[in-house]
Amino acid sequence: MNATATPPAACQRAQQPVREALRYTPRVDLVETPAELILTADLPGVRADGLQVDFHDGVLSLYGKAPARQAEETRFLLHEYGVGDFRREFRVGEQVDATKIRGELKDGVLTLRLPKAEAARPRRIPVQAS
Amino acid sequence: MLSRRLAGADPFTQMQREMDQLFTGFFGAAPRNGAGAYPALNVWEDAERFYVEAELPGMKLEDIEVFVQQNELTLKGERKHALAEGTTEHRRERGAGAFHRTLALPAEVEAAQAEATLKDGVLTIALPKLAAVKPRRIDVRVVE
Repeated sequence: MNATATPPAACQRAQQPVREALRYTPRVDLVETPAELILTADLPGVRADGLQVDFHDGVLSLYGKAPARQAEETRFLLHEYGVGDFRREFRVGEQVDATKIRGELKDGVLTLRLPKAEAARPRRIPVQAS
Repeated sequence: MLSRRLAGADPFTQMQREMDQLFTGFFGAAPRNGAGAYPALNVWEDAERFYVEAELPGMKLEDIEVFVQQNELTLKGERKHALAEGTTEHRRERGAGAFHRTLALPAEVEAAQAEATLKDGVLTIALPKLAAVKPRRIDVRVVE
């Protein structure tokens, strides 16, 4: 028997503070043009100063802070959705020029443009008839 | 028109992280899915008003119609989905289309005084209660 065995994961979790912020997965659209990838994410309630976008080793991470909009003790007459921070990560297969990634957050929607690296863009090869 | 068949493989793969599973599983956070009526609503009240909130990211106030009649609130609008020419669509999770939802409030409201605000994609409608249905504070005097 190993006396120092760590308790099962479930027990470890139970020991943590009960009140944890809920996290949600934002819904996204993704389109591609010859020059870039455009990611659009719904982040209702998130302001620019609460948004964090990172691109590292081919992994794009989105984190949006959505502060509670009602007092904690609010008793809802109807409660169809929860409010909490948004988090999502993607592995980007395409070669992207990380220095040129640009984002815009407007009306709770993030539009992120990821320009493809030059090497990944389709190139037109001129062919001359002989 | 671009067909999905031509779209090729999705260049993004979602990372399956145990932590994400933990957050959504253990704390019972329901997925933000479109099951049920759209838009999803949260409704609460204080002594003076009812408040109705909906998440409508990307929408403008002029794209949303709010009607109030007696105790019935109706929300109408359309969320447009624009796909620019020459783009290939890999993933589409964000809902689009027309919506229409009617909600019966527990009591009548002052329709003319209703106020709607839209900020960061969150619509909040404040609906003052009719004087007749507001809780009344009764001053109690102690009789010697």
